[in-house]
Formats: sequence, C-alpha cells, structure tokens
Amino acid sequence: MEPIRAPESIDLIALAPVLVLSVFAMGVLVLDLWAGKNKTLLMFISLVGLLMTAISAFAKHPLPAFAFTDSYIVDHLSIFFICIFTLSSALTILLSVEYNERKGIKAGEYYALILLCTVGMIILASSTDMIMIFLGVEIVSICLYVLAGFRRDDLVSNEAALKYFLLGAFATGFLLYGMTLIYGSTGSTNLFKIAGFIKTEGAQSNPLLLMGIVLLVIGFGFKVAAVPFHMWAPDVYQGSPTPVTAFMAVGPKAAAFAAFFRVFTEAITDLAPSWEILLCVIAVLSMFVGNLGAIMQTNIKRMLAFSSISHAGYLLIAVIAKSSLAGSGLLFYMLAYAFTTFGAFGIIILLGKKEKDNLELENYSGLAYKHPILALSMTVFLLSLGGLPPFAGFVAKFYIFSAAIEEGFVTLVIIAVLNSAISFYYYLKVVVFMYMKEPQSEFQISLTPMTLFVVIVGIIGTVELGIFPDPIIALTSLH
Amino acid sequence: MFLTFITFLPIIGAFFLAFFPKENERAIKQTALAVAAADFLLSLFLWTNFDNTTHKMQFEVNFSWIESWGINYHIGLDGISLLLYVMTTFLTLICIIASWDVTKHIREYMMAMLALSTGMLGVFISLDLFIFYVFWEFQLVPMYIIVGVWGGPRRIYAAVKFFIYTAVGSLLMLVAIIWIYFHVKETTGVATADILFIADNISAPLDAQKWLWMAFFLAFAIKVPMFPFHTWLPDAHVEAPTAGSVILAGVLLKMGTYGFLRFNLPFFPQASYDFMPFIAWLSIIGIVYGALVSMVQEDLKKLVAYSSVSHLGFVMLGIFALNEYGIQGALIQNINHGISTGALFLLVGVIYDRRHTRLIKEFGGLSKQMPVYAVCFMIVALSSIGLPGMNGFVGEFLILLGIFQVNGLWAACATSGVILAACYILWMFQRVMFLELNNPKNMKLKDLNVRELITVIPLLVLIFWIGLYPKPFMKTFDASVNHLVSRVSPDNFRPTKDHQEGGGHNASLMTKTELAKLSQKLQKTSHN
Repeated sequence: MEPIRAPESIDLIALAPVLVLSVFAMGVLVLDLWAGKNKTLLMFISLVGLLMTAISAFAKHPLPAFAFTDSYIVDHLSIFFICIFTLSSALTILLSVEYNERKGIKAGEYYALILLCTVGMIILASSTDMIMIFLGVEIVSICLYVLAGFRRDDLVSNEAALKYFLLGAFATGFLLYGMTLIYGSTGSTNLFKIAGFIKTEGAQSNPLLLMGIVLLVIGFGFKVAAVPFHMWAPDVYQGSPTPVTAFMAVGPKAAAFAAFFRVFTEAITDLAPSWEILLCVIAVLSMFVGNLGAIMQTNIKRMLAFSSISHAGYLLIAVIAKSSLAGSGLLFYMLAYAFTTFGAFGIIILLGKKEKDNLELENYSGLAYKHPILALSMTVFLLSLGGLPPFAGFVAKFYIFSAAIEEGFVTLVIIAVLNSAISFYYYLKVVVFMYMKEPQSEFQISLTPMTLFVVIVGIIGTVELGIFPDPIIALTSLH
Repeated sequence: MFLTFITFLPIIGAFFLAFFPKENERAIKQTALAVAAADFLLSLFLWTNFDNTTHKMQFEVNFSWIESWGINYHIGLDGISLLLYVMTTFLTLICIIASWDVTKHIREYMMAMLALSTGMLGVFISLDLFIFYVFWEFQLVPMYIIVGVWGGPRRIYAAVKFFIYTAVGSLLMLVAIIWIYFHVKETTGVATADILFIADNISAPLDAQKWLWMAFFLAFAIKVPMFPFHTWLPDAHVEAPTAGSVILAGVLLKMGTYGFLRFNLPFFPQASYDFMPFIAWLSIIGIVYGALVSMVQEDLKKLVAYSSVSHLGFVMLGIFALNEYGIQGALIQNINHGISTGALFLLVGVIYDRRHTRLIKEFGGLSKQMPVYAVCFMIVALSSIGLPGMNGFVGEFLILLGIFQVNGLWAACATSGVILAACYILWMFQRVMFLELNNPKNMKLKDLNVRELITVIPLLVLIFWIGLYPKPFMKTFDASVNHLVSRVSPDNFRPTKDHQEGGGHNASLMTKTELAKLSQKLQKTSHN
C-alpha cells in the first residue's frame, strides 16, 4: 500500500496562531474538569493563549508567505486582523467574567468556545482558498450558535440561538452553492487561480460564474448582517448574553469582512463591473435600513444591532473601493469599531443588575448626574460610532471614504455621509436620556473591576485612535 | 505655541473642573471665571503683538500630526481671524459672568462652556482642512449639551435639530475636503490638507469647482444661517439659555461667514464670482425676510433671532461684493453683530430671569421701573439699527458702499433692510419700555444689578468705540483683505483654463467686457 504523502508546503510556522490557539482551547476544555466552580484560572489561561496567538502571528517572515499549496496566506492584512481578533476575544472574556457570575453562567466551555471561534476567524482571514474559507465560516458559526444560546434558562437567548442557527445554516448553504458554481466554471477553488482564469479566459459573461458570485454575496451578506440578509441580527443581538453580543458585533464580523474583501478583491476583482453595482445597492440599503431602523428602537442592544447593520454598509464601501487604501481603511475601521463597541457594551453591562438588565433607553435617564464619568464615556463611544471628530470613528470613516473617493465613488460617499447624519439622531437619543432627563430610579451600579477595565481600554483606544492615529495608520498602510 | 496654549487653556480648565466637588459651586464658578479671564487677557497680547502690515499668517505653528496622510497641526492667525478670535475669548468671559446665577448642574455647565470656547477658537486658527473639520464638528457637542440641558421647554427638539442640521452640511463639506485632498495630491504630487497650500495650488476644472463650492456653501450657509437654511436658528436661540444664545449669535454664526472668507473665496474664485448673483439675492431675501418676520414676533428672543438672519444677510452681501469695502464691512459687521446681538440677548435674558417670560405683550412701561436697563437697551437697540456714531453704522455703510459698486439694485434692496430694522426694533422697544406700566407683575421689577452691569457695560463701550473710532479694528484686517481681494476680485483672479476653453469664445468675451467695466468702476471710486 502506498503511503499517504503529506501535502507539500506544510508550514507549521505560518499556521502557528491557529495551532497555538487550538491547543489552548483544548487545554481550557480539559482543565475545566478540575477547575471546579472558580473559573478565574480558565479565564487567565484563555487570555495567555490569546496573547501567545497574537505574538505567534508575527513568527513568519518574509511577508507575504503562502502555505498549504497556496491555500493559506500570512500577509499584512491577516496579521493585523489576527491582532484585532485576539484583542476582541480578550475583551470579550474580560467582559464575561463578572457578567457570567451575575447571570449564573458557570460553564467552562464558554471560554473554550470563544477561543475556538477565534481560531475560525483566524482561518477566515488567512485563507486564500474557497474550501478554507468555508471551513473558517463553519467553525465561527457553530461556536456562535452555541454562544448565542448560552443563557439556557432564558427564553430570548434560546430564541436567538435557534434563529441564528436556522438562518445561518441556510446562508451557509448559499455560500457553499456559490463556491461550487464558481469552482464549476473556473475549475479551481484557489482565489489566485480563479483570478488567473478570469484574466485569461475573460469570463465576464459566464452566467454560472455570475450566479456563483451572487450566491457568494448572499452568503457573505448574511455573515456581515448586510441588508436584505440582516433579519437575524436584531433578535440575535438582543437575545445573546451581552458580552457575546459585543463579540459578535466585532470579531466574527471583522473575520467575515476579511474573507469578503479577499475574495472580491483577489479572486474576482476583474469582474468588478458586474458585482460593483450589486454591492453598492446592498451597501446603501444596509446604511438606510440600519440607521432608520435604529431610530425606532428603545432597547439599547437592539439599537446597536441596527447600528451595526449600518456599519456593515460603511464597511462594504471599502470592499467596493477594493484598492489597497481601502484594505487599510477596513483594518483601521475594524480596530476603531472594536474599541468603541466593547467600550459601549462594557457600560451596558455595568448598568445591568442581577435580576434586571436595564437595557431600555429610559434606564439611562439622568445617568450623567449620578455617574458623570460613565455617561461621558458612553457619549464618547456613541459619538465615535457616529463618526464625530476627534474620536476613532471619525478617522476610520475618513479613511474608508477617502479610499472610495480616490476610486471615484463620490455619490456612494455622499449617501454614506448623509447616513452618518441620520445616525447622529439615535446616538444622540441616548445622550439625551443620559444628560437631559431626570433620573427615574436610583442607580445601584457596582463598578466591577474587569468590566471597568474594558471600558477604560475602550476609552483609551477610541481617543488615541482619534487624536493620535498616525502610528496605527502607518501600521495599517504597510502593504 | 502661545497660540496653542490660549486655544486649549479653556478645555484644560474644563478638565480640572471635573475634579471639583459638586457642592462647591463658588469655587467652580470662580475657577471658570479665572480661566476665561486669563484666556481673554492672553488673547489681547496676540492683538497687541499682531503685525498689521502683512497678510501673512502670524503666531504660526506647524508640525506633523498624521504623517502618513500629510496632515499637519498647522495653526495661525491673520487679519481675518484675529478679531474673531479675540471676540470669542471676550464673549466667553462675558457669558461666564452672565451665567453666575445658573443653579442646575453648575459644574457641567461651566465645563461645557469652556470646552465650547476651545472648539470655537480652534475653528478660527486652523490652517489645515483636517483639523479645521475636527474643531468645526467638535464644538457642536458642547453647544448641543448647553441647549439640551439648560434650555427652555422644547430644548431637546431644538438641540437635536441644531446638531443634525449642522452635521448634514458639514458632512457634505467633508466629502469636498477629501475630494480636494486627492485632487491636489494628483495635480501637485503633494499629499496635504494645508489650507494655504491648497489656496495657492488648487486648479480644479470649473465644473468641479462649482460642486465643491456648493458643498462648502451648504456647510457655511447652514451655519450663517442664510435664508432657506435658517430654520434651526430661531428654535436654538429661543430654547438656549441666555449665555448659549450670546455665544450662538456672537461666535457660532460667525464661523459660517468666516468659512466663506477662508475657503470659498480663495479656493474657488471663479465659482464665487459665478455664484455672486445667487448669493446676493439669497442674502437680500434673508435681509428682508428676516426683518419682516422679526416684526411680527411676540417673543423677544425670537425677534432678536430673526433679526440675526437679517443682519447676517448684510454680512454675506458684503463678502460677495468681492471688493475691499464689502469685505471690510463684512468683517467689522461680524464683530458688530456679535456685540450688539450678544448684548440684546443678555438684556432679554435679564427680564426673562425676573419674569420668566419673554412675550412682548407681558411688558410695557419698563422704562419707569428700570431706567438704567432701558438706557442700556436703547443704546444696544440703536446700534443694532445702525445709527451713525455706533458700531452698526460703520459696518452697514461699508457693506452698502461695497455692494453699490457691484450692483445698484442690490444695494437698494439691501438698504430696505436697514429701514425695516428700525421698524421692528423701535416698535419692540416702544412696546416693552414705553406705554403704561399697567401689568402688576412688572411693578416690582428690580433694575440691573452690578453683575448684570458688568456684563453689559463692556459691550456698550465697544459699541461706541467701534462707532466713533473704528480704526484700531479696521487696520488689523486691512492687509489681509487687500490680499484676499487681489485673489478673488473679478478683475484680478486668473480664470481657470477650463473656463476659457469650455466657456466658448463669446462667453469669455462677455466676461471680459464685464470685467473691464467693473475695473473701471473700481478705479473711479478709488480716485474719488
């Protein structure tokens, strides 16, 4: 019998982040057996694992490096994304500790699931092959289905998980179907080979290929919660445990955008005329539906869910612009969004109590006069989400809009800035409650240290990226 | 660095105020006052050290901020911005004294006031489009909070309207800024957002110029506010607390006119010239409409607010006369309006504090009960009308002189605004101050107290100073205005290539003859 030969170009160094994190995830699962009721150890190990992962991402030189017969890439984009993923997962874990304690979530696999989900995100951001992308999507999604339903005794949480699972599985089907169609018409699953095929064969009018692209857009559109594939987002965001909501809004979304960007700018960039208009429509719809939908909300988690739909719209502009500047803009935006979102969710968690989550906007009435620093921080986060200088969100939007204007998408940018103006309305609504209404009830906020730490990290990041963005911009624009 | 220090001193003060205990109201107010007073005195040093003979930027600071994008922290003052800068520190000081009796959340109030001051000062010194935009948007937040927390019954509506309205305009300006950035990068190879560099090197085709001009126009026209974009102003003014109204009228509106002078004219001289009739008519509509609407107001503050629309129409008209008289008049009228309307809002605030109403019909015969108040009010009202010997006259006269050189009809229409101003102000004065003192609630009103006098008297001094001896003010911006006019005046600027080619032979001939006529007119007047 012929021995099974290992595939060429196995490169464990390139794969180091995935390996390190997987080992730590397994370790957490096993250690859970001995950890007993105190999960601090697990948290600590998870954080160490994430730190090691971020460090190991820099192991490979020179860049860009390909591995596993060109199906895995280590380049500037993927390394930066790995840093965003590890940061967002670490912040999620820090947010979770006190929240889980309060809510009686005791399972140790919670941390393992977050780590495994991060593994999937790293694969998503690093893969240059459709199969790998699918693998990444599945790992991320399955972990998220479980995480969304982690409050087993809570009906809303169950609803979120089930809804997410059913719709998610459906969308994954679309994604896979699109991939097969593209494979069928180009003969390869490798992004570079697909690009080469399109260049040489000129497959502009191949209906199968175009159909495949449309299905890809649907699949990715679902993963990033772009309109009209956004239906799941508000319910899932609202029902999931709050740290998981923050996690979903940042990490997996960033990962999906990384893959989205890679597929559309590497593989089928020559077909841009045929998908550009489709993405433009989706981007515009996402911005409008997200922003107008958010205006109606009275629940802050739902409001942020709609706001995240609109942010998917802004980020799609980067995919449409498809220049390297747009890629850098995407990185910066995701980092800024991570700091801002985690900060905001940190405050939401701080305001919650054991028996009551205090998620209605009315619960924020008069916060500014009881806890001025918290209210000011929340204001900074919301204004940054809206894109007001001098905060991170403004520089991020400036970055993406610049890329789009350089490529000539002026109308799209005008629509986007008008949407920013709409978005101020509902972000300010929270400020109105915090500053301009009288407090309805006594605030009994226990400023738990871990959550507070996340808020402080959020504030530092939001302000730093807004006032002294140069070092990070230099980092994002290396390629 | 001196300029940077003065600009950021208020917000540093606001930062320290945050650590004061809430109960210690006295210390909070005194600290805020000390910061504002120090800031004002320091800004006077800028004025005394200012070199009147050059149009060049002074007290310049320029270092790299976002190196990857070629964005610099570039600030400086020239004749156009100096007086506005000093007026901002001055009015901040006045407003803090005027807000001495605020009891609700005094610490937060003073913090917002000081932060607002830094935001406004930053707008006037920015010499880089990026930091200009940062300050321009940033100052929205404290103003929004001031209106929204310390305002009247419909404060939240007014605050949100103010914010969204301004944000829409400025966001479109952001698109134009990015476009210019890439355009300049493409044509000159330098990635920069430096205002001076762009003004010297921008060479956009006429079509693009017009679009860009309109984007900037929208941002500034909303802020000024010009006629169809003025609807946020009465709401914001009526709901804002007294000090908020003073700052709003005194400084925030000036940021719009300043924007036209700093961006629209030097960046797009051709488009500015082409849009001149459009602006002129909008301004005239604003002047007449604002005056007519003022006349029928029953609320004193709303009356003053609409009179702002009318007065700012004059300023816009002066700017778009595109000659020296017009622009000089516009600049001095900027200051005048800040002083006179600021004083009017302060005085309206005085009786509002005592009676908690601003309805004209509630008053009558106040001059018998509050003689000092009535005298102050009279002076301010006359200055607002533009009586010779007072500040309003100097500005309006220069503006009308400037606009008359361009188009006699426009000047005639605008002059009607002066007459209407006399109508609505004097009629209001009569109904409030004279007539019978027959409302029992007004019988026991106290006259101005010392603190209120302290806020009003400096403004009265300035009214007469500018009215009788405007030279110290006028000469600060002489050189800058000359320089600006040399760029944008129709007989001086270089028409863009596109215009010559695309406009066709006849069209360019037409403009040339027009230009010749205009230059003749100008020469004649300068001989006289």
